[in-house]
Amino acid sequence: MTQATMAHGAQADATAYNTDVVRNFVVAAMFWGVVGFLAGDFIAWQLAYPFLNLDLEWTTFGRLRPVHTSAVIFAFGGSILIGSSLYIVQRTCRAGLWGGKVTGNLIFWGYQIFIVMAASSYVLGFSQGQEYAEPEWWIDIWLTVVWVIYLTAFVGTLMKRKEPHIYVANWFLLAFIVTVAMLHLGNNLSIPVSFAGMKSYSLYAGVQSAMIQWWYGHNAVGFFLTAGFLGMMYYFIPKRAERPVYSYRLSIVHFWALIFLYIWAGPHHLHYTALPDWTQTLGMTFSVMLWMPSWGGMINGLMTLSGAWEKLRTDPVMRFLVSSVAFYGMSTFEGPMMSIKAVNSLSHYTDWTVGHVHSGALGWVAFVSFGTMYYLIPVLWGRKSLYSMRLVSYHFWVATIGIVLYITAMWISGIMQGLMWRAYDEFGFLQYSFIESVEAMHPYYVIRASGGVLFVLGGLIMAYNMYRTIKGDVRSEQPYESPEALAAGVRR
Amino acid sequence: MSLVKHHEKMETNVLFLVLGIFVTIIIGGIVEVVPLFSVESTIEKVKGVRPYSPLELAGRNIYLREGCYNCHSQMIRPFRDEVERYGHYSLAAESQYDHPFQWGSKRTGPDLARVGGKYSNDWHLRHVVNPRDVVPESIMPGYPHLARNELKFDDAAAHLKTLRLVGVPYTEDDIANAVADFKAQATPEADTAALLQRYPKAKIGDFDGNPAKVTEADALIAYLQVLGTMVDFTDFDPAKKADANIYR
Repeated sequence: MTQATMAHGAQADATAYNTDVVRNFVVAAMFWGVVGFLAGDFIAWQLAYPFLNLDLEWTTFGRLRPVHTSAVIFAFGGSILIGSSLYIVQRTCRAGLWGGKVTGNLIFWGYQIFIVMAASSYVLGFSQGQEYAEPEWWIDIWLTVVWVIYLTAFVGTLMKRKEPHIYVANWFLLAFIVTVAMLHLGNNLSIPVSFAGMKSYSLYAGVQSAMIQWWYGHNAVGFFLTAGFLGMMYYFIPKRAERPVYSYRLSIVHFWALIFLYIWAGPHHLHYTALPDWTQTLGMTFSVMLWMPSWGGMINGLMTLSGAWEKLRTDPVMRFLVSSVAFYGMSTFEGPMMSIKAVNSLSHYTDWTVGHVHSGALGWVAFVSFGTMYYLIPVLWGRKSLYSMRLVSYHFWVATIGIVLYITAMWISGIMQGLMWRAYDEFGFLQYSFIESVEAMHPYYVIRASGGVLFVLGGLIMAYNMYRTIKGDVRSEQPYESPEALAAGVRR
Repeated sequence: MSLVKHHEKMETNVLFLVLGIFVTIIIGGIVEVVPLFSVESTIEKVKGVRPYSPLELAGRNIYLREGCYNCHSQMIRPFRDEVERYGHYSLAAESQYDHPFQWGSKRTGPDLARVGGKYSNDWHLRHVVNPRDVVPESIMPGYPHLARNELKFDDAAAHLKTLRLVGVPYTEDDIANAVADFKAQATPEADTAALLQRYPKAKIGDFDGNPAKVTEADALIAYLQVLGTMVDFTDFDPAKKADANIYR
């Protein structure tokens, strides 16, 4: 079955692919990436030095945090996800985009307008008050229309395919598109106060609202930030490594298991709350089970490198892709562990959760996106290579050190917070007031924000490399040593 | 290789694949969500929880707008330390009129589920304008604009009507008096007998110390002062009812 599991992009054929839309999305992803990282780092500094809130209504942490989360998840992540999915589906089907230029433009501009509307609405003071689902009703309707066009174009392209089999990357991408449509509609049902105004009230209240929000929220992680990016992994790692996917059977098993189990995991965000106990326990059980299909994906990604491990040393783009899968494995172990109620009683409400999210978001989502973009940029603009491989390597190390600072600071601060809140003194009184725990966080907030600076810096290095590559420049630099060159005694 | 053989149908037919995915992803949500609407013991039966008064509702909308949920939870878990720090653990009934819920997921600041009545109106005003005036170590942003911005809730009746559509039991009387109640609650010398009948235990006062106008700070403080105060816990016994969810 290896031929069915191979990516077919390398075959030279006469198919008219729509690459304009992919290029647009890659440029947009680069732009929103830098904007989103900057916004995140700015609010990280706000937590360390509150004067940075500037006492203006538009610049408080409360309004800017949704700007950060939407910019990185939906603007950066969404742009590279939609862009690369349209690239993958055309190549693996050997078919042009369904609907051609028009659908490409509708998806691209429709989605960009959604991002701008959403971000500006938070700053100006419109929010549904639901995490990761802040946009008000009319922005939700706009996104629904764009998403339907996207789904239609994706399925339409699959139906036009010249390959008999639908390649595994497309299963994940299809699951991502279908599920996000369901979640978006399910969680955002609301009634506007008036059709001329922005304000609406959610159909759900209290317990039901909480459950539906985290059914949405956790599966935004599961399908937007996982299934979609696994689709990316299944195309770009085999392409870059020039190896077939490790196990076709594993990909079938872990695909169905992953999308079935993920949906159940939402209640682990609501442990020990007023949500009924049976729902919490069910959510915890499925979260723990989810560890297995998650690692199935990690194994399939990593083992695809069998026989090509030296590329980790010689190809910094490969290093991004492979490290992302390693981070994926780490955070999909940490997640099930934190979903265990006893662990969650300590970790919930603390920075540990924030650290966990960022090891997934920076290490997995952003790194696999960087790898994908470094692969795509020369291909899309018809350049022989990137401007500089050395800069890719710098980006890798600067960003990796940034992530390590970030997540270790949050582990320490999160666990410390949890322990301080529940500490008792020798007389049986609570040992710390809440504000003492806030004060104790300060050094870790500084370390976290400094890690963020490094991550932003990495993004800027990448933007520069991308700009020079598109311009057609090639930096004169020593290539990384191939084993043959090393054997021949060539030195740096 | 039977798995691979059977799977061939899925991966050679777009329709099968889409349907297969849809069936697979819909099950978990149905099992976890639907019973919450139908099982009666999901929300305890307690006395005292009422819909928000128009001023409190306006304050709650400001709480949403400013993204307070990014740093403050409204959900006290049933642990010794949380109950000692914040008060009785939160009941499902207490957020039954919250569209949407504001339980939160992070405590960069303390839980607010029972903040009502813990601090004076004056403390809240100073705190919201510049938190470091009353808590020097605080890292909360200042919200001076709330005390400046006049709040007109002229469409209060439309808000109540919309909430009634989604299940909040506002009466015709509540809706007809929405704007008047909104103003009266922020005016200490107003006749508030009817307001208090409609919204028992509502705190009345010139919350921001500025009698000239109703500001956003008035509304937000009115909301904060009612949080967690509605249920009379002297009358609450989770073990009393067989269907009460005492194990969580």
